[in-house]
Amino acid sequence: MLDDLDRRILRTLQYTPDAAMHEIADRCGLTAAKVTRRLDKLRDAGLYRGQEAVVDWAALGFEVSVSLRITLDKTQALAFDEFHAAARDVPEVTEIQTFLGRVDVRLFVVARDMAHYQMLYRDRILTLPHISDIEALMLVSTLKSDERLPL
Amino acid sequence: MALVKAMQRDATQSAGALGRDLGLSQPATWRRLQKLQAAGVFKGRRVKLDAEKLGFGVTVFLGVKLATKGRVSLDDFERAVIAIPEVQTAEHMLGLYDYRLRVVARDLADFERILRRRIMTLPGAGDVEANVLLSEERLPGPL
Repeated sequence: MLDDLDRRILRTLQYTPDAAMHEIADRCGLTAAKVTRRLDKLRDAGLYRGQEAVVDWAALGFEVSVSLRITLDKTQALAFDEFHAAARDVPEVTEIQTFLGRVDVRLFVVARDMAHYQMLYRDRILTLPHISDIEALMLVSTLKSDERLPL
Repeated sequence: MALVKAMQRDATQSAGALGRDLGLSQPATWRRLQKLQAAGVFKGRRVKLDAEKLGFGVTVFLGVKLATKGRVSLDDFERAVIAIPEVQTAEHMLGLYDYRLRVVARDLADFERILRRRIMTLPGAGDVEANVLLSEERLPGPL
């Protein structure tokens, strides 16, 4: 399991993912070699799975982001699987989440502008299988998106 | 676009390694990366950790409505909400509720503690709707 040093390394890495290994090591009071060795171990254990670049869709010309909360028709045995498979084929869908609660599935969709969104909504979203209800919320601004764990 | 996709998958690769996969030279890849950076295409990097293995068994999405709009300051609410360590993402939304929060907790009891002590006490917080995350899939998007 994790000890205090592992925790300190992951915490530092989460706050400064861009930093070079020797900077991370400095901040943790360790040598770079030690940090690398521990990170390798954490990676082997499947705890640390690398780093991903977070894309700013607006900078790529996708100005509209919409969160779609969807209720599925649960009388259909394969509703979740079939909905999932179809949603995966829509390129503008960036996230698919399933929930326990008032909502069954949530899609995050990006579009170039409102006209593009309207087209996507009509032609690609409403045509997805087994939808019984759908609610849209538009993203105004993102305040926090680092997804750090409070280690 | 293939470069952006590769960076989404693994942001730690060197320009040389990225270029090899895409059939570009190291300097050409580096120049393209610089251009993408300058255009603000990358918001930053995110460290991918296995939350469950690290002891965070519960992820909950909260839809928060502000109680009395106009009288509460959005700034106060926003400042307070991003300071909560268990809040991983916070988005200002237009629609059914005002803010969408992603919250991690060790278990349901821990979640209840966060909800009562941290979320319900936020300045201006009104109705809160909670949905427990069961599964999640991230897709590369229209690249």
